[in-house]
Formats: sequence, structure tokens, C-alpha cells
Amino acid sequence: MSARAPGRVRRGLGAGTTWALVLVLVVTFAGPLVWMGLTSIKSTGEATASPPTLWPQDVDLSAYARLLSMDGPYPVLRWFLNSLLAGTLHTALVLVVASTAAFALARMSFRGRGLVFGVIVSTLFLPAFVFLMPNYLMIDRLGWTDSVWALVVPGAAGAFGVFFLRQFMVGLPAELEEAAALDGANQWRVFTRVVLPNTRPALATLAVLAFLGNWNDYIWPVYVLFSPERLTLPAGLKLLQGAYVTDYPGIMAGAVVASVPVILLFVLTQRFVIEGVARSGLKG
Amino acid sequence: MTAAYASGPTRRPLRRGAPWTPWAFLAPFLAVFGTFVALPAVRGLWMSLHDWDHLMPDKPFVGLANYTALLDPTSVLFQRFWDGMTATGTFVLASVPFLVTLPLLLATALNRAFPGRTFLRAVVFLPYVLGVAVVGVLFRFVLDPNLGVLNHLLGVTGLDRVLHLLGAGDPVPWLTAQPWAWVSLVGVTVWWTLGFNTIIYLAGLQDVPRELYDAAAVDGASGRQRFRHVTLPGIRPVLAFVVTMTVLASANMFGQADLLTGGGPGTSTRTALMVILDTGLGRYEMGAAAAMGYVLSIGLGVVSVVNFVALRERDGRGRRRARRTS
Repeated sequence: MSARAPGRVRRGLGAGTTWALVLVLVVTFAGPLVWMGLTSIKSTGEATASPPTLWPQDVDLSAYARLLSMDGPYPVLRWFLNSLLAGTLHTALVLVVASTAAFALARMSFRGRGLVFGVIVSTLFLPAFVFLMPNYLMIDRLGWTDSVWALVVPGAAGAFGVFFLRQFMVGLPAELEEAAALDGANQWRVFTRVVLPNTRPALATLAVLAFLGNWNDYIWPVYVLFSPERLTLPAGLKLLQGAYVTDYPGIMAGAVVASVPVILLFVLTQRFVIEGVARSGLKG
Repeated sequence: MTAAYASGPTRRPLRRGAPWTPWAFLAPFLAVFGTFVALPAVRGLWMSLHDWDHLMPDKPFVGLANYTALLDPTSVLFQRFWDGMTATGTFVLASVPFLVTLPLLLATALNRAFPGRTFLRAVVFLPYVLGVAVVGVLFRFVLDPNLGVLNHLLGVTGLDRVLHLLGAGDPVPWLTAQPWAWVSLVGVTVWWTLGFNTIIYLAGLQDVPRELYDAAAVDGASGRQRFRHVTLPGIRPVLAFVVTMTVLASANMFGQADLLTGGGPGTSTRTALMVILDTGLGRYEMGAAAAMGYVLSIGLGVVSVVNFVALRERDGRGRRRARRTS
């Protein structure tokens, strides 16, 4: 990209324009998040003072102390653990079911493969809200309402995961598994020893996207969870907002607890996330 | 799994496993898929043909009555449903132009080599990794007319006077009066999801051949001309994808309105999805709600096809035009 012909008419933006653009973008996109963090360490009085203070005059961590007690009416720490458990189990399940199915669809030829793939593809065109009510009835029948299983299982068979991994596995050279098959490996060994290790970047991308999606999901947990101690962070934030109304440090502290893990995850796995999103667009 | 088979006496060099091996690999996925995707899709249709009240023992078959009720102005559901559809349509029309054009401009700016480019790309994408719940409670605070920092900043910079000239009250009622509630919902959604489309555009821009830009530059094309005759035709398929996905995403708007306006003022920002969920899971009138869901999906399906065909069509014409000019 930097190896442009010297004769190009315009090489890029001027330094001044560039830095102005950088500043505006950083303030616009990171500013509200910084504001959220700063508000969470103010006293309730200071958070609603007029004019507002930028930096807290007295750092007040009582919002966190209130929220992190396990037994209060709004047990944010418990919601955090619920979200973490649901997100982890969901991600694990997605990886297992999507990778095995993708392996069969990518590396094996069998009767009915086209049909199975076609049916999976066709569900991509149905909007998610069509499934909400029938799935609610299914969860109800299974006795899974108000439990972590309602958050882990139903979304695990999304077509995207299979699609994404299959695309990656189709591109692997056939010699890899032929060598393993010559050594007498069966398909399970080919899958676990040859195909999976070579699919690691795609698995990492899918894992991060599945975890983010599950952690952030809003509609479904709001409708399938009832007990305050069973909620995930998004459902808990709704409860918190309704109950505390103007305890802005408390609500912002809850939002910080819900944001920090995904921001950290994003910072650590940026490459995988952006890669995954970019590739979802190239399909079109 | 196929160990016994593999160690049989007649070993062939390239073993493909038993006929059921692929199905064994597919089984875990198909079990979840069948239970929570395939079966519910069919069951939803079935529900929509019944007077399906979750709390009632009898769920009588009513044929297409749930659908015809949505077309009958005298029915109770008619007003509720079409108010929701109107709100959803308003949000789609108000948000999609910004969500399609702003990320394209941003991606064009970020698609040049300058220090901090990767950092900036990450910052712009950052809000998208947050859930709508965080975004909702955060902006409920920021947009609060009396306590919120936005009105304070507008007052300090004097920009609030411009809004007052446009008819906004004092303080500007960002969430409790129209059109400000729509402005807020669109603005918050743009802030939240702009990075997603930007990343997709950036990936598309990388695929536009450099030589085309160089050729255009040699021909003396201005920056605007290069954008119009090289960039736009080059990313037309990506543009079609972005428009289609953005329309669908905006038509699914729920959390922002649920947390920021509660559907108000009045029911003006109560979207179709809010109406469907309230009807089905709030009032347990699941048959009616399922019918609403299918009507909305059919509508979205038609809009998607029209979008795609329209943009693909222009793809061909755009290319021809680009060839003529270069």
C-alpha cells in the first residue's frame, strides 16, 4: 500500500487534516465510553450536578460497592457470572456443532449433502424474530425458562458458523487428509488431528463472534429469564435502569461491568473480530 | 467412532468411513438445528393459523383469520400493528441513508496510509462490540434533557440556539418529543453500528484494483470523479450487501427504543418488533403475533429482493459507464 508510484497525484490527506479527523473520531466514538466510566466513579450528587464536572472531584466507588454485593436486589456480580457462564458454554457448543457439521459438509461426499446444505442456507433468509415465540414454547416445554440452558442451546445452530467454517475447510489441500488416511487414520482422527488444527484462525474468529453475540444478546434473555438472580448483564441493566432511574453512577457502573470484558476481548482479538466482520461482507 | 471399521481386515489406502459417518458428524448440529430452527419455523406458521393463547387450554384453528385481522381496519390488532410498521418504516428510512453513506466516506478516508490507521479503525468499530443494553442506558443518561451532558455541551457552544430556531423546546427534549426522539434513535444507532459497515466497506475497497485509480489519475480525473467512476462501480456488490443488511438490521430495531424512549412519545417509536413481542410474549396472543411476524418477514423479503436487484442492475450499467470514461 505504501509502495505507490511517486507520480501519483495525491498521496493522502495533509497532516493537519489527518490529525483533526483522528481527534474528531476518537472523541466521538470513545468519548461517550469515557463519560460512562467517569460517571461510575462519581457520587450520585456529582453525577447529576449542573454544570457537570468532567473529572470527578471526589472519586467515589460506592456505586461499585453497592452493585457488587451478591445479595442485594441488583446483584451485578451474579449477572456477570451468569453472562460469563452462558457465553462460555454457548461458545463451546457452537464450536463443537459447527465444526463437526462443517467438516462433514466440506470434506465428505455423501447422498443428501446438497439438501442438508440447502436447508441450512435457506434459514439464513428468515429473520430472527420469527423464531422467538416458537422457541419460547420449546424452552417452556423443556423446562428451561429462567435457566442458563435457554441462553446456551437455542442459538447454537446458526447457519453462519457452519457456513464460515465450511468455507475455510473447503480451502484446505486434500493431500493433508490423504496423508493421514494413508497412515490408517479414520475420519474422526482426520478431523481432530488434521482438519481442526489447520482451521484454528477460523475457529478463533467464530469463538469470539459467538461469545460477543451471546454476551450482548438483549431480547431473548429479557423474555426467558425472570428471577433477578438469574439475569444476564443486558437483562439486568434493563432492570437496573427501571429501578434506579436517576442513580446514574449505579447504572453506569453496571454498564461498565457489562462493557469491560467485551472491550478487553475486542482489544485482544481485534484481528479476528475485524477479519470475521470483513469476510461476512465479501460473501455478498 | 469408526475405529472398528478402520481396523477391519480389508484395509484400503483411502478410507472414507462408513456410509453413516457424515451423519454422525452432522448429528449434533442437526439435533440443535431441528429443535430450535427448523421445527420452530414450521411451528410458527402453524401457530399463526390458530387462536393460540399460551394461557388457554384450547387453541382453535382459525385459518387465515389472524392475517385478515391485520388487513381489517375495524380489528383491535390493525391499529397496533400498522402503528408499529409505520414506526419501523420511519426508522428504516431515517437511519439507512446515514448508515450507508457515512461509513463509506469514513472507509474512503481510512483506506489511505497514515499513522494510526489501525488504531482509528479499532476506535470506530469499538461501540459495535457493546450490547444494545449498554448503549441504551449510556445514552439515556447522555440525552437526559436536564442532567445529560449533550444539552450541557450544546448550551456551552451555543448550538442549542440553532435547535431552538428549529422549534426544539428548552431544554431540548431528546427523548420525549418528536422529531427529536427519532433524531436521537437514529443518532445513537449510527454511533453504535457505523463501525460495522465501515469495516465491510474497507474490505471492499481493498479489492478495487489500484491500476484503475492510477489510470484515472493519469487521465486527470479529480478526486470526486475517481470516487464516482472508479470507487463506486468497484464496490457495487459490497454496496448492495451493505444496503440490504442495513435495511434488515434497522427493521429489527428493538433495544434502542425499548431502553431510550420506551416506544414514546405516545406510541410513535413503538416499532413492529416491539408490537410483535408485546402481543406474543406480553399478552400471550401468540397466533396473532406469529401472523404479524410472517407479514413483516414477507415485507422485508420483498424489500431485500428489490434492493438487491436494483443495486445489481446498476452494477452492470455502472461498469459500462466506467469503461466508457476510462
